[in-house]
Amino acid sequence: MIGIPRDQWYVAAYSSEIGQELFSRTICSEPILFWRTRSGQVTAVSDRCVHRRFPLSQSPSRLVDDQVVCGYHGFTYGPDGKCTAVPGQTRIPRTARLQPYPLVEQDSLVWVFIGDPAKADAASIPRAPYLDSPGYTTVAGMEPLKARFSLLVDNLLDLSHETYLHGGYIGTPEVAATPITTEVDEDAGVVHVSRHMDDAECPPFYAKSTGLQGRISRWQDIEYTPPCLYKLHSRIAPVGSVPNPDGSDPDAFHVEVVYAITPETEHSTHDFWAVARDFALDDQEVSDFLAENNRTVVLQDVTALEILERVVATEPEGYQELSINIDTGGLAARRMLKRIGAQQQSVPARS
Amino acid sequence: MSGVPARRSMLSGDRVNRIHWIPGTDQLRAVCHCSAERDFEDPVQLWEWLLSHPDGHDTPPPTVRDVAPSSDRRQEVTIP
Ligand code: FES
Ligand SMILES: [Fe+2]
Repeated sequence: MIGIPRDQWYVAAYSSEIGQELFSRTICSEPILFWRTRSGQVTAVSDRCVHRRFPLSQSPSRLVDDQVVCGYHGFTYGPDGKCTAVPGQTRIPRTARLQPYPLVEQDSLVWVFIGDPAKADAASIPRAPYLDSPGYTTVAGMEPLKARFSLLVDNLLDLSHETYLHGGYIGTPEVAATPITTEVDEDAGVVHVSRHMDDAECPPFYAKSTGLQGRISRWQDIEYTPPCLYKLHSRIAPVGSVPNPDGSDPDAFHVEVVYAITPETEHSTHDFWAVARDFALDDQEVSDFLAENNRTVVLQDVTALEILERVVATEPEGYQELSINIDTGGLAARRMLKRIGAQQQSVPARS
Repeated sequence: MSGVPARRSMLSGDRVNRIHWIPGTDQLRAVCHCSAERDFEDPVQLWEWLLSHPDGHDTPPPTVRDVAPSSDRRQEVTIP
């Protein structure tokens, strides 16, 4: 089993999820408390009071002027996690501090660093600029997945499953039938899987959103930066159309499908998904259609992966599998996950 | 239109390993960052070869297939 890599950045939430109230989410088995201060900064600290471990996200704990007051005995903490008041005495124990997490908010995502904070390098966070770019319209969601994150990585790195699991939505026969090219950049930590279908059936997901009729050129270029961020650059165009040599691509529709694969625990995952498009920007009907359809597709995966999790969880380590050509990208991703897992100091997983 | 070149590449780093599924076949072609190439039918064996760089990467690309052509019998592999 591929363990949860530590000393890594993970998406904890969408920016829009965190306002001036207490918000809690477990990331890599660590319960984390978030809120947005009055100056607009998002803060992330441990969601366990240092006194008797009452969850600070739980009522009657509350936020008072950018300080969180524990609902059990009143320990009070600032946005940096430092305790500012304890009940009945003036001396505040020196160790009274909630563990703060390095945090970066960008591209409409809130990233936290899980592991040794000294190793947190914000510049290493992969970007998804289209998620909050004016040139795109984005729909997004998050589904809880009761399966280990590596099963979702396998799933997303091999899109041939679209043909079977997502037929009638995004799957057509050509997806499973078209050869892929896989590239792995060891230094940059990127797995790229490319499938270019030059004459393919247009699945409803794209026919209804783009209005293209008949057969299409459909390119899928996956860019996965383990462990968390997965981007699928999807290009839909009339058959025969290719981008211009200068990179412009006026006849094509571009859909950037972004997933953030964030472990909640060893056996559960936050399945963040977003679909950003560069066409029909103001068309609410297209937004509603893409949101509804992508969510349906994500839930088809969730259902299948939860079944799979129950199966593999009961099997002994080292169960038998059979890998074929379509798995080349998935094998590359697993290998890179194991490599970054091996680099870190191994810390026993909490549960 | 001319179709997509089978050997296109997307990433441009110094240590990029590439694997092309050769169109019209069941073969995979591994191209190491050292530019050694070899064809495979099994992605697991392919990764073993890529990762063993530089061992066995100085030989010219083989002209015979690496795996016996009785390819219906694919190998079972264990998740490492
Ligand atoms: S548990 Fe929080 S103050 Fe006692
Ligand atoms: Fe899927």
